[in-house]
Amino acid sequence: MEETKPRKIMFVNRKAPHGSIYAYEGLEVILIFGAYDQEISAVFLDDAVLSLKKGQDTTELGTKGFSATFRVLESYGVEKRYVDKESLAQRGLTEDDLVVDVEIVDAAALRKVMGEQDVLLPF
Amino acid sequence: MKFGILIQEGPYNHQASDSAYNFILASLAKGHEISGVFFYNDGVINTTKLMDIPADDRNISKRWSDLGAKGVQLIVCVAAAKRRGISQNVLIENARIDGLGQLSELCIESDRLVTFGD
Amino acid sequence: MLHIVNKSPFKFRNLDSCLRIAKDDDPIMLIEDGVYAALPGTTLDRMMKEALKTHSVFAIQADLKARGVDRIIEGIQVCDYSCFVTLVEKHVPYSWL
Repeated sequence: MEETKPRKIMFVNRKAPHGSIYAYEGLEVILIFGAYDQEISAVFLDDAVLSLKKGQDTTELGTKGFSATFRVLESYGVEKRYVDKESLAQRGLTEDDLVVDVEIVDAAALRKVMGEQDVLLPF
Repeated sequence: MKFGILIQEGPYNHQASDSAYNFILASLAKGHEISGVFFYNDGVINTTKLMDIPADDRNISKRWSDLGAKGVQLIVCVAAAKRRGISQNVLIENARIDGLGQLSELCIESDRLVTFGD
Repeated sequence: MLHIVNKSPFKFRNLDSCLRIAKDDDPIMLIEDGVYAALPGTTLDRMMKEALKTHSVFAIQADLKARGVDRIIEGIQVCDYSCFVTLVEKHVPYSWL
């Protein structure tokens, strides 16, 4: 039987977490994709870095909180998790402000890794 | 080539659905195969047959249904549909409600995946 | 990689993000409100001319026409949906939504 090469699928998250549902429903997709034997990665760019910020609490808002779920990405098969350095800096954040272990990358590194993908999914 | 299409936005409020439709027609005209159209987020609202559209405007859900009749598979995400009141009872013909795994399959089997949204 | 931009550059920063990340020679496809980036004589004129030095930029004809944009920055190419499809054949697309 012919072995098919795993596809490189990258989730390119760019939206803030609570003002719209994209970050949350995007996360639901990421968790499902992790179960398939493909090369899954996720990048957090622009406002999406705010999804990873520590100390989010939606109880008073009455909506579902999901920032802690980003911590399980690795165990769900999302091998690479990147955060754009400039997006963090623009928002006054550093790696210590984030709920997950990620690789902080600059534009050049991001450009390279995005250019290597078979599928790029925006959320 | 095989193109998969992901639609993330509802009809009328935003142009995403129209752009996707025009892109699909042009792809088919050039001999490409549309491996599937996956409706996610508010995109699932594209697939209700309850739309009642003035005669001088396009009927977006009917347009999708007609495309489905031509053999393009239309997949509506079950989780996103449930949140937005889209069920089998209101679903257009030639579409099916299915899991997110189908989007993963589309990404794997298509040469390209093109997303239309807001 | 094909960069698809569908937002007005006057209200959103999607095009800025795209230009920051896009590799030299990556084509950029302006669709929907993204085609307003093709307007000549705007405050973004210089940014667009700079972008044209390293990228081919395309704008959907139907979107330009619908918005009454009949004059566009020199070097931006008018493209129908068939031409959009050809670009997707050649490049992995990403939509800067």
